[in-house]
Order: sequence, then structure tokens, then C-alpha cells
Amino acid sequence: MYRVTLPQLGFAAVWRDAARNLASHDVPPEDIEWLRGDGGGGLFDHEPLPEGDGPLKVVATKPLIDLLETVICHSDPESRALAYRALSRHQNDRGAIANPADPLTDKLHDMAKSVRRDIHKMHAFVRFRELEAEGERRSFAAWFEPTHWSVERGTPFFAKRFGDMDWLIATPQATAIFKDGALRFAPPPETRPDLPDDASEALWGTYFRNIFNPARVKISAMKSEMPVKYWKNLPETRLIPEMLADAEGRVERMRAAMPTDPPKRSAKILERLAAAPMPDMPDSLEEAGQAARACTRCHLCEAATQTVWGEGDPDARLMIVGEQPGDHEDLQGRPFVGPAGTLLREIMADAGVGPVWLTNAVKHFKFQPRGKRRMHQSPDRTEIEHCQWWLGLERRFIQPQLTVALGASAAYALTGNARPLTPRRGTIETARDGGPVLISWHPSYLLRLRDAAQAEDARGQLRADLSRAVAEAA
Amino acid sequence: MKQSLQQKLAILADAAKYDASCASSGTSRRDSRSGGIGSAGGTGICHAYTPDGRCISLLKILMTNFCIYDCAYCINRVSSQVERARFSPEEVVTLTLEFYRRNYIEGLFLSSGIIRSPDDTMADMVRIARMLRQDHGFKGYIHLKTIPEASRELIDEAGLYADRLSINIELPRDDSVRQLAPQKKPETIRGAMAGVRMSREASLDRSHTGKRAAKFAPAGQSTQMIVGADGANDRDILTTSSRLYTGYKLRRVYYSAFSPIPDASSALPLVKPPMMREHRLYQADWLMRFYGFEAGEIADVAPSGNLDLAIDPKLAWALVNRQDFPVDVNRASRDMLLRVPGFGTKTVDRIIAARRSGPVRYHDLLRIGALMNKAQPFVTLPDWHPGGLTDSDTLRARFAPAPEQMSLF
Repeated sequence: MYRVTLPQLGFAAVWRDAARNLASHDVPPEDIEWLRGDGGGGLFDHEPLPEGDGPLKVVATKPLIDLLETVICHSDPESRALAYRALSRHQNDRGAIANPADPLTDKLHDMAKSVRRDIHKMHAFVRFRELEAEGERRSFAAWFEPTHWSVERGTPFFAKRFGDMDWLIATPQATAIFKDGALRFAPPPETRPDLPDDASEALWGTYFRNIFNPARVKISAMKSEMPVKYWKNLPETRLIPEMLADAEGRVERMRAAMPTDPPKRSAKILERLAAAPMPDMPDSLEEAGQAARACTRCHLCEAATQTVWGEGDPDARLMIVGEQPGDHEDLQGRPFVGPAGTLLREIMADAGVGPVWLTNAVKHFKFQPRGKRRMHQSPDRTEIEHCQWWLGLERRFIQPQLTVALGASAAYALTGNARPLTPRRGTIETARDGGPVLISWHPSYLLRLRDAAQAEDARGQLRADLSRAVAEAA
Repeated sequence: MKQSLQQKLAILADAAKYDASCASSGTSRRDSRSGGIGSAGGTGICHAYTPDGRCISLLKILMTNFCIYDCAYCINRVSSQVERARFSPEEVVTLTLEFYRRNYIEGLFLSSGIIRSPDDTMADMVRIARMLRQDHGFKGYIHLKTIPEASRELIDEAGLYADRLSINIELPRDDSVRQLAPQKKPETIRGAMAGVRMSREASLDRSHTGKRAAKFAPAGQSTQMIVGADGANDRDILTTSSRLYTGYKLRRVYYSAFSPIPDASSALPLVKPPMMREHRLYQADWLMRFYGFEAGEIADVAPSGNLDLAIDPKLAWALVNRQDFPVDVNRASRDMLLRVPGFGTKTVDRIIAARRSGPVRYHDLLRIGALMNKAQPFVTLPDWHPGGLTDSDTLRARFAPAPEQMSLF
């Protein structure tokens, strides 16, 4: 029988060294008694630990070491033995620790979870009070009562967080002291230290009292996350009874109160903020664009980010109309800035397109959310008809000599003709409001074509159509 | 009479309580070892809980509750008689740092009523964040409630100091926003969210020299929607959420049950906040984000378009899709396991890990953490078969609490 006595401070390193040593000698878990320094003697006589490493090379993965070092902080006296059992078993059976259904693995994870929670609660519920500073650095202290042996594992967090001040956390197990940037541990104080009053605690209480919504009382949720065992060291919790006592009355009074008259200044402020009414018939292209921003003629505006109005040269003789904004256009609020738009702009450059007004048949993006993406959906006829109003205004103010319709939706919007696009491509039709409309491919059609030769052909056709449009519009 | 800091804090914390978010997790990792004060980047820490069951992680305050807008659901609307106060930027900075040093909070969640103009207000908020970061080397968490009408430049500057930016969508439907918040425009709100998304994505790109751009709102953006102040049903709400998640890559949509406010507007009913509905919406939201459900699948279970308040939305979905069950736990795909009532994402991960060590049995599932009383009718195992239970007519009754006797008086 071996006995390992773990000291009050620095027990993790002692456990680790002893466990490695014993495992290397293949000592079975039942032959070891793990004690804490302040615990009494064991039941059995014991022999000294073997000297030097044994014949076995002890292996452990990083996550396993982390798990076991967490487990040994558990206050259950069995925790050190269970951790050793897991280490010992791991030498012959590597798979068991990865199997969540294995009873020992499950037990270790449970214990580690409890320790991690204890450390997390320490990070949450330590409350510092300011002490009189001795030097340049401000100085703070706190009293905290952890459930497990969490002080050494849990306090480096505070060293990282509060690097520019000195602090001390006293607990019944140990005291963590951070001074001039160095963290060390000392034995616990004999009794709970008296900490001086701190004026900020009153402000904190004011905040706690006022951030509480009396209309949503949910005491069990509070107690499960802030267990009552921590309350005696939390300054704010003594306010809870009075807050609860008053809660129902406050809500009742809110309900009973009649709506009051607005203060005098409010009418004046609201009058100043009121937007000028939109004219029924815009007088200019800008005015039309402004009005379109608030368009609710069809329901597409509810899902899309914003109206994507046309852009370009208002004096252009050529107008190019696409289907609708896509994902990128919708986010940026500009037409033809996504992949299809980039392609179009390339082909326009090849075709020598000069001043032009670029716009879409439908001004809002239509899509269906699917997983993490927004899938494009073609607009239906009603949506195109509703948006006719805006396209018509754009055409009235731009007065293009020629309009290019890219794809079926634009062709339908401009000509009112919904027949299939392929036979019409490259022909000139007449717009609903008069004027020539040259029908061509939408650039997204080029992107969709899988066959490279076919895509190249279509690209050539679009380029040729655009060159012809430039010539006809001139 | 001049208000004390104590009085201002009381008014401006009270005014901030209707914002549900208090998250402080998921930002970039940093600490004070390289100077300054504070750390962030791990899981968020809830430093206290109030009796409403909500956590206090951040100092959640308004810079001021003076406001020129008139949103019917808001206690701070211009037409309300609520007492007003205004912090100076220095006061906000001091409160944040002193609370932080005593380990009361993880950082600051700053919101504000609109004073003078959206740009003026946003500029003051940005100034507070800049003072904390630059003058005091504050490494803790900062959440700024962004004013959608503010200029893009100000929002972009805010993103340099803040961990999280949020812009409230306010209400699930555009017509409700136009009606109840007449000075706000749904398209402006969405446009600002799109702007935040684009600035954030630009910050993640490396330049051609391989240099990273300055960090921009590393904890992403979120929003809040008030539930129960307008006539929207849960389908409207979840559809709006899924558009927000896909369109603007939000980290979170917060649902806030509309609760009575002091000095309420006569435009709104002062009923008890619909807390269970809020809870079910959060569950449905989780199903969309982590369980592969589409909004329609969850919301279309009932013809009303509202979620079942008696049972959780995954169970409700499974009950109307029984043709897909029972599922063989040892053979099913991850996607299908995620759809089993009583199995959470962690449970599913553990099942998949455990399957590598041999067949999973009933007791293994209990140990793994599956809620077997819920899962029983929907799974088969080497030592368990639900038999006729899956298709039994009384299955819903097993889970739904017995209906309460209506009071006669």
C-alpha cells in the first residue's frame, strides 16, 4: 500500500508527479491511498513511493491531462483516486476516455464540470473592495468561499484581468495574492478578514435595484444561476427581499396609471421631425428615387434590405435593365455590383458602352432564406407590374434612345410580352411606352451555364448585342 | 435641481432594462498583461442575477433617456412623462471602470435616447467607447446600441471600439414599425444592419500585403424584437428572424416580451408579458440556428402560425411528422438525430462519439444526458423499441400539461 499526501498549496503538481511515478511502476489504483495534508492518518501501513521512474513510459493526451487536473480539484476525497484510475487505465485502453457512455469517463466529466462551474462562479461572484493604496497601484481585496479546491486553478484569471492593480482573494483554503504583477499563494487566514466599506457598493446596489424588471419575476431562474450558498458574500443580494416585496405593487400601479398627457415640448419636437409629404407625381429623377425608397407597393420591401434605384448618367441615350437586385446589390443599395453585375460591367467595357443608365425591372431583392443563405427567387408578374411605376418614371426622366432588356423579367417589364426569351434574343421590340427595346441574355444566365463553349457563345452574343445597342442609341 | 450620480444611475438603469441582451461572450481574446485593465474573449460571465432571472453581465445603461422619437412601446418616448437624466461621458467611463475593478461586470452595454440628432447622439456614444479604449486601456467588453439613422462613418468608428454592435429591428413587421415607431424606417434599420455586416466582412479580409484590417465588432451584431406589442404571429416573427440571420449574419436575435412600462402609451395593451411565448420563440430560434430547421417547418405546425405554448417546438414538429420516426440511434445521421425530441446538440455529439466504441444502449443514452422520457417514442435502440407508442393518439397528452380548469368568476 502506498500513500500520497497532498499539501494544501501546490497539490496539483504533487499529484501529477506522484501519479506519473506510480503509473510508470504500473501500481494498481487499489494500492494507493490519496490524502490531503490536513487529513488524519490512513487506515493501513504504507510503504514509501518507488524511487525514480519505473519501466513503463506514461502517456497521456493534453485533453486528458487537463481533465484530470480539473478533477483532482474536486472536494470529493475520491477524486484524486479516480483521476489516477483513469490515468492508469489509459496506459492500456486509449479508447475509453473518448467514450461518453463509459461510466468512469462519465464520472470524471461530471466532477470536472462541477469544478469548472465552481471556478466560473468564483470569476463571477468575487466582489472586491478597495483598500488604501500603499504605493502607486490601487489595491483591492475580497473574501470568497469556493466549493472545491479551486483557488490555484481559478485565480490566474484575475491576474490576467486586473493586471494594473494589486489584489488579494482570501478563501478558507488558501489566499491568492497579486502584487506588482506577480501572483502567489499563501495559507488561508484564520478567520474571515474584515474589509473596509467601499462607496461603489452603494452605486452597485442602485444599479441592481433598477435594472430589475418587476413585471418578469422569475425567482427559480435567479436561484439556479446564483445559488443561495453564495449570497452571504454578495453585497447586492440583501436587496432582493425588498425588491420582491414591492414588485407586484409596482406592476399593479403601472397598470392602473392612466396614460398621461405628453409634455408640452413633445408636440414641437415631433412637428420638427415630421417628414415632408411625398408628392404623388415626382418632378425629377431624384425625387422619384427618394419616393421609391419608401415604396410599399408590393410585399417584397418587407424582406429586402432596401430599394435599389438605378444609377449612371441621367442624360444617357442608352438604358440597360436587368431583372432585380441580388444579394450584394441588396446589401449595398447599388445595382449590378454582385458577380453577375461584375460580369456585365466587363462585357460592357468590351463592347465599348459609354454613358448609360443601369437599373432593374424590380427594385427589391426577392429571396428565400435557406440555411445560412438567401436564395434568389425570380419576381412574379404582379411584382413586376407593381414596379412598372418606377421603371416608367426612370424612363420618362432619362428618355433613352434605346433600352436593352437583360433576361425574361426585364423583357416582360419593358414590352409586356412574356414569351420565351431564346427566339427573341438579339431582336428589337417595342416598349409598352414606345421606343425600341433590344432583347438579350441576363449575365447571370451566362454564369449558370455549365458548358464552357455554350457560355462563351452566350457571352459573345451579349457583347454583340451591347455593341449594336451603342451604335443604335448614338 | 442637480441630480446626483446615484439618481442618474437609478433613472438610466431603469430605462435600459427593456433591452434583453447582456451577452459578453465570443469576442476576440485579450487581457491586461500587455497593459491597461480588463480581459475578454472567453465565455461570458454573469456576475449577478436579478429576481427577474436575467443575468447582469454588463453595466447596461442609457447615456440619456431624453429622446426626440415617439415610439409607443418605449418608456423614453418624447411624449412620456418619465423623469429624465443624462450622464456626462466621464461619468459613464468612471462608473464602468469602478464597477469593473470590483468585479461586478464584464463591461459596458451603452444605449441612448436620441438627443438633438442621430449623428450627435452616436458621436457621444462613440466618444465614450473611445475614451474607455484609448485613454484607459480598457480591454473588457463593450456593446454599443447603434442608432440606425446615424452616418455610416460614425457606425464604422463605433465598430473599431465595440465588441458588439446592435441595431434594434424593434417589431417583427414593417407596418407595425411604421405605426408604433413613426420616426423610424424599417428600410433604414435594415440598411444599417447591412452596413455593419459589410464593414465586418471587410475587416476580416486580408489586404494584398497579407495585413489584417483593424478588428471590427469582433463579437458581431445582434438585434432585438418586441413580442406581443403588435398583431404579428410567431410565423411572422420567425420569418423575420431567418431573414435577419441570413441577410446580416446576426449572432443573435433577442425576443423581448412586451412588458408594462410606467407611463404607458394608450396605444398599447398593458397585459402580462407573454413570457412563455418568448421562451418558445427562443427555442424555435435555437432550432433554426443549431438544429437545421427552417422557419417554415417550425411555424407551420399549427394553422394559426403560432407556436404551441404547452410543448416545445421540436416536440410539436415531431408529433406532426411521425412518419419520420422512430429513428435508429445507432445508424441515423447527425441531421436526423438533431431532430429527435430530447436530444440536444451536445447529446448528439456524444452519441456519435459513443457509437465508435460499440452500439449505444438505453442506459448509455441516459448517462450521455439524453432526455429519454421525451425521446422514448421517437427512437429505437438494441434494447428499446417504442412499438405502437410512436403513432399513438394520446402521445401529445403524455407531454402537454393537463389543461387548467378555467376560473368561473
